[in-house]
Amino acid sequence: MKSALQGIRVVDFGHVMAGPWCTMQLASLGAEVIKIETRARPDEQRAQHGKGAVGSLEGNSNFFEINLGKKSVSLNLTTEEGKALAKKLVATADIVLENMRPGVMTKLGLDYPELVKVKPDLIMLSLSGFGATGPLRRYAAYNPCFTSVGGTSHLTGYAEKKPNTMTNSGGDARAGTAAVFAALVALKFRQETGKGQFIDSSSCEVINSMIGDQMMDYALNRRSPKRHGNTDAVMAPHNVYRCAGADEWVSIAVGNDAEWAGLVRAMGDPAWADEPAFATAEGRKANEARLDALIGEWTAEKGYVEAMHRLQAEGVAATPSFKASDLFSDPHVVARGQVQAVDHPVLGRRKTITAPYRLSETPTAIRGTAPQLGQDNDYVLRELLGLSQDEIDKLVQAEVVY
Amino acid sequence: MDALKARVIELADFVAGPYCGKLLADFGADVIKIERPGRGDDARYIGPFKDDTPNPEASGTFLYLNTNKRSVELDIETDEGRAAFLQLVRTADVLIEDKMPGELAKLGLGYEDLRAINPNLVVTSITPFGQIGPYSSYKAYHLNLYHASGQGYLLPMWAINLDVPPCQGPGYLGLFDGGMAGATATLAALFWRDAGGTGQHVDVSIQHAMMTLERSQLRRFIDDGVDPNRTGKGRLLESLVECAGGEFAVVILSSQQQWEGLWRAMGKPEWGAQPPFDTQKGRADNYAELRVRLNDWAKTISQDELFHRIQREGSAAAPILTAEGVFALEQFRGRGHFVTIDHPVAGPLEYIAQPTRPSNVDLEPKRPAPLLGQHTQEVLAELAEKGN
Repeated sequence: MKSALQGIRVVDFGHVMAGPWCTMQLASLGAEVIKIETRARPDEQRAQHGKGAVGSLEGNSNFFEINLGKKSVSLNLTTEEGKALAKKLVATADIVLENMRPGVMTKLGLDYPELVKVKPDLIMLSLSGFGATGPLRRYAAYNPCFTSVGGTSHLTGYAEKKPNTMTNSGGDARAGTAAVFAALVALKFRQETGKGQFIDSSSCEVINSMIGDQMMDYALNRRSPKRHGNTDAVMAPHNVYRCAGADEWVSIAVGNDAEWAGLVRAMGDPAWADEPAFATAEGRKANEARLDALIGEWTAEKGYVEAMHRLQAEGVAATPSFKASDLFSDPHVVARGQVQAVDHPVLGRRKTITAPYRLSETPTAIRGTAPQLGQDNDYVLRELLGLSQDEIDKLVQAEVVY
Repeated sequence: MDALKARVIELADFVAGPYCGKLLADFGADVIKIERPGRGDDARYIGPFKDDTPNPEASGTFLYLNTNKRSVELDIETDEGRAAFLQLVRTADVLIEDKMPGELAKLGLGYEDLRAINPNLVVTSITPFGQIGPYSSYKAYHLNLYHASGQGYLLPMWAINLDVPPCQGPGYLGLFDGGMAGATATLAALFWRDAGGTGQHVDVSIQHAMMTLERSQLRRFIDDGVDPNRTGKGRLLESLVECAGGEFAVVILSSQQQWEGLWRAMGKPEWGAQPPFDTQKGRADNYAELRVRLNDWAKTISQDELFHRIQREGSAAAPILTAEGVFALEQFRGRGHFVTIDHPVAGPLEYIAQPTRPSNVDLEPKRPAPLLGQHTQEVLAELAEKGN
């Protein structure tokens, strides 16, 4: 099968979330991704699960989710030989990714100035919460910090309630996704100019750039926009409405008079819809609370999927607030191949979500399950780096390969 | 000067498609935006506007999403417009389009038609539910996509109970997710084409892009057969606190190590070293009381003090910033997160810059978003020249 990044090798010093997220997407586009890790200090996503530390490093389902299709070599980077081998591997690669705290790669002798010596056209992606420069560069940051400093927390939630730090990993996921984009920009430039790149990406900046439109209110008016729940500044109805099943909600948005007419038809032409107050977009917005209550009476009797189909049949934008269980079996999701079952030696066969673009000539694919720690040592050390079995045995004994 | 050597035609409105175009334009691609004569992109009408006075040449959303592009007014439904569009496509590397599936094919401008005249073309279609599948013709605004993706059901996170309705995310974040997926796939397709491949059709479903981003939460259902929801019960990860002056911050509670730094920052209160608050389990079991105590402390200091005090102890915390706070953050300013761009109508304004900046690339200074049809003559003249 043809793939867009065939022949591109990525050396992945990523751990936890944002870094692994990026390299997994590169793997789905066809790159060979080799994760460098060690049981001396295992990836937090291998070693932690929900309520705390776990016994096995191979049973974490979130590690599975963000490391699909990668290879793993176990190298202890606190040893001189481990660092030297990592560097040798980088010399064979196109892209290096790392998301250690700024300064750690320098301490290891594996920062960009060092690595570019062994691979002059190297593309190196350095991901961190606040970026590798500036007064906050050493500050710790997890997802809620990215969303808070990035400005999205303040804009999420209901107007009358407190700000919201969003979910636990969307900020990491977006930081990782932006890094995939950056990697491709760099690859394209390398293809055109032969030059490599160093990219120092701050997760807070990435998040903020994705609400850059909202920031324009400050640029124009010195005014900070506020959160507004499910409502829109102009459109009404524009909300979620409770449906018949347990915690079932349908989202409905009406953007013009034709869609309003469609909504009225879908509801069976109720008498109240003829009220002059609802005849114009302005009227509907001015009477939004009452309108929401009336629509809610109609949706209360419907299942949320049924409500979607009925409304969409009349040209109205409506979708359920889908739950995870809905999505893994939804007919549209399944028809598009948005979910796929993947085998894992410890977790068994389980459904997961595929890469979000269909390329007609170079389809993306989940090229394998999440790796077990060091499962590709033989391939990497013998085939790529040319070590003998004897040398490898010694490195294992010295806990360099560990 | 360096630039992505790609000519991109953008036939897209509002946020998702234009953000895809912006991501390419900001790295030097020649992005030609096709706008409906006399009206232009829908984003020109949504603001924010200076002093809330509508002006299609100065909508903040449009200005941000269309930097570095050229604008051509063209009605592709007229014979003349269609002919010019086809001519543009012949010279292009990429077409970004966001029409409902089948709409362009009806005009004789579907992927197969375009491939026939330009086999090297990458066509990137960005729509709510993608080109195929039972919902492909379904309409969805940002609100609907947020909920259809599974992300909305998990918000607002830490809801007190399920009577709090699920909620959309901030701004048009979900549409940005769609645009980012589109730009990524477009570059992958271009990279492959220029390594000896051909053009191709890239099909992006915004719903899929958003759903992928939520994989770490959605997989919880695969783990234990229970739908994760917005109440986030039983997970000790973080806490929102209100500081002196009513500003908010978040403190991280995800491990014993994080806790110890926070505890030191609080001045080592006795209760924090005693049961039940001395272990992760104890704090999880007594989360409500823990939050009260954290808030009691937070109220005594400013948002800024809290942030730096905790970080100095090696633990994570962060201020919840408004737009004003974002623009005031020295960390952002010093790193080049803002770029001033002068616009003929809106004047000079500070925009958020591209966050991923390659080190060895020398890009042209940023150009403002185009006026409606600003480059129509220029682009058509170029075409005429190429035709000769």
